[in-house]
Amino acid sequence: MQTFLKVTAAAALLATGACASQPKPVEEAKPAEVVVPQQPEVKPPVVESSIQAGSLEDFRVNVGERVYFGLDQSSLDSDDQDILKRQAAWLSSYPSVRVLIAGNADERGTREYNLALGEQRANAVKEYLVSLGVSASRIDTVSYGKERPVVAGSDEQSWALNRNGWTQIVSGATS
Amino acid sequence: MTQRTINLIRHFLAVALITLGLVAPASAQLRVRVDEGNFQPTPIAIPDLQVTGANGDLARQIVEVVRADLASTGLFDLQNPASFIQRDLTINAEPRFADWKIIKTEGLVVGTFEDLPDGKVAVSFRLWDIYGGELMRINGEPGRRLTTTPENWRRIAHKISDSIYQRLTGEDPYFDTRIVYIAETGPKTARVKRLAIMDSDGANQEYLTSGRSTVLTPRFSPSAQEITYMSYEGGKPRVYLFNIETGRQELLGNFPGMTFAPRFSRDGQSVLLSQAQRGNTDIYIMNLRTRESDRLTDHPSIDTSPSMSPDGKSIVFNSDRGGSPQLYIMNADGSQRACPSGGRDTACRITFGKGRYSTPVWSPRGDLIAFTKQEGGKFYIGVIGTDGKGERLLTEAYLDEGPDWSPNGRVIVYFREARPGASPQLWSVDLSGRNERRMTTQTDASDPAWSPLLQ
Repeated sequence: MQTFLKVTAAAALLATGACASQPKPVEEAKPAEVVVPQQPEVKPPVVESSIQAGSLEDFRVNVGERVYFGLDQSSLDSDDQDILKRQAAWLSSYPSVRVLIAGNADERGTREYNLALGEQRANAVKEYLVSLGVSASRIDTVSYGKERPVVAGSDEQSWALNRNGWTQIVSGATS
Repeated sequence: MTQRTINLIRHFLAVALITLGLVAPASAQLRVRVDEGNFQPTPIAIPDLQVTGANGDLARQIVEVVRADLASTGLFDLQNPASFIQRDLTINAEPRFADWKIIKTEGLVVGTFEDLPDGKVAVSFRLWDIYGGELMRINGEPGRRLTTTPENWRRIAHKISDSIYQRLTGEDPYFDTRIVYIAETGPKTARVKRLAIMDSDGANQEYLTSGRSTVLTPRFSPSAQEITYMSYEGGKPRVYLFNIETGRQELLGNFPGMTFAPRFSRDGQSVLLSQAQRGNTDIYIMNLRTRESDRLTDHPSIDTSPSMSPDGKSIVFNSDRGGSPQLYIMNADGSQRACPSGGRDTACRITFGKGRYSTPVWSPRGDLIAFTKQEGGKFYIGVIGTDGKGERLLTEAYLDEGPDWSPNGRVIVYFREARPGASPQLWSVDLSGRNERRMTTQTDASDPAWSPLLQ
C-alpha cells in the first residue's frame, strides 16, 4: 500500500511537472501508464534531443529530482535508489555540478519534529549519493520540514508528494 | 452562664448578623473559582469612570479594554451598563449595595480618570464585594491608582484588569503581556512568514521582520526583551536572537549543523535548542554569556523541542527513540533520574497513550506539561502531569499545534487549521478546557508564544 501510494504520488508529480499549462493535476492517476517515462502518450511529447545534455532540464526530466518517503520514514526503497543511481551517474558525468538536497515533510506532523525529519531525509539522500561515489563536498543539505510543500492539497496523495528529498542543482549545469 | 452557653450565643448572633448582611465573615468574601466543574460566570459591573478633565474618550476606551479583558477569561459575566440602577457612584463613598443586588452584581469596580497637569493621565479604582457588603483591598490597599502617558493607556487598562482578575480569582495576572507569533501570507507552496508581535488582546500588532527569510517558532526571554527563533536567513536554518527594543538580530552560536527548536532557560541565561547534523538531531544548551554550548542528549533518534521546568532542574523533550514521537523528561545536568514508570534512566518516557506526542512545554507552575497529540487523523492540544499521569485533551481539530502557556499557567495559546486546507489562526483555551477563543490577527498566524508579565 505504501509503495503504491508513493508510486502514484510520484506519477502525479511527473504529470504535473510535464503538463505545466494544465490547470490541475489529474487526481485519478494511472500508475501503470505514468510511471514508465518512455510512454509518449503520458507526457506531452518532450523530444529528448531538444533537451541539452547536462542542463537543469536534462536532470529534471531524464534523471529525476525527487525521491519520496513513507510516513515518518527516511529510508530509501528500491525506486528511490534507482533514481539516486541515475542522479549519481549524471553527477559523475558533470563533475562541476553542485547540488543542494532539501528534505521535506508533509503537513501532518508538528513543525519542529518535521524539521528534524527533513534533515534526516536530506541526509539519507546525501549519504546514498556519496556511497555511489559522489563527493560529499559537492553536496549541501537543508531541511524545510513542512514549510515547502510541493503541492497545496490536504489529502493522502498530496502528503505523499510532500514527503520528499529534492536534489536541486545550484551550479555547474550547462545552460 | 457557662462558657459553652456564651459560645453558643456568640455563634447564633454571628449567624444572625451574617444573615442580615450586617457582617461579612472573612471566608465568605467574593472568590471566583477557576476550576469549578459546574461552572457559572460571576456577574460583575464595571461602570464608566468618573472623568476629571477633557479626556472622556480615553476614559471610555480604558473601561472597554478592561471589560473585554475580563470577559475574555470566560470567568466573568460583564453586566450591561444600561441595567445599572445606581448612577451617582463616587470613588470615596460606599455603593448602595441593594441597588447592585437587584441586578445580581457580585463584584463592582468604581473608578476615576484624571488629566494631570504634566500631561499624564491617572486612573484610580476600588473593587467592591456587593454580597459581602465591603471593600476588597488590593495588595492590602483600599484601591489602586495608576499613572502613565496617554499613549500608554492600554497598559493601564491591562493592569487594572490584572488587579481585578488577581483579586477575584486568587490567580496570578496575565493581561499586561504580549504575544509573539508568525504572520503568514501568500499561497501554501510559497508562504511568506514574518515575525510579529501584539498585545495579549490582539492590539498593537507589529511586524518585526520583513519576510525576506522564512522565520519559525519564536519564544520570549524571561525579561520579555528578547525573542529566540529560527530563521532561514542566508538559506541556512539557524537559531537567532532578536532584541525587541533595538530590533537587532543576532545569530546564536557557531554550530556546524542546522539549529532549531530554541527556548530560553528559566533564568534567561541560556537557550536550549536542537542541532541536526548528519541525519541526527540532539539537544544542546548554550550559555548566552560564555557562548559555550553543552550537548544534552546523544542518541541516534530525533531529540527535539526541549522545554525547561521552572526550577531549572529538568527538561521535557520530544524523541522518537521508542519508535514514534513521544515525550521524555531528563535532568538538566544529564544525570540519571527515577522514572515514574519504574527504574532509573537519563531520559524517562512520560507518554504511553495511543498516538504521537510532540511540542512539550512545561507549565510556569511546574505541575503540568502541555503538548500536541496526533491520533486518528486529528490533532489535539492536551496537558499531562510531569509523572505521566492525568492526561487531559483540551482541544481537537484537523490541526491544533504548538501550545504555549500564559505566564500564570491558566491559559494556553496555540494555532489551528480548522479544516483540511484552512489557513492557520491563533486560538486560546483555558486550562479547564473551557473558553476556546480565536485571537484576531491581521494575517494568518501560527507559532504563538506568550511573554512573561511586562515590567
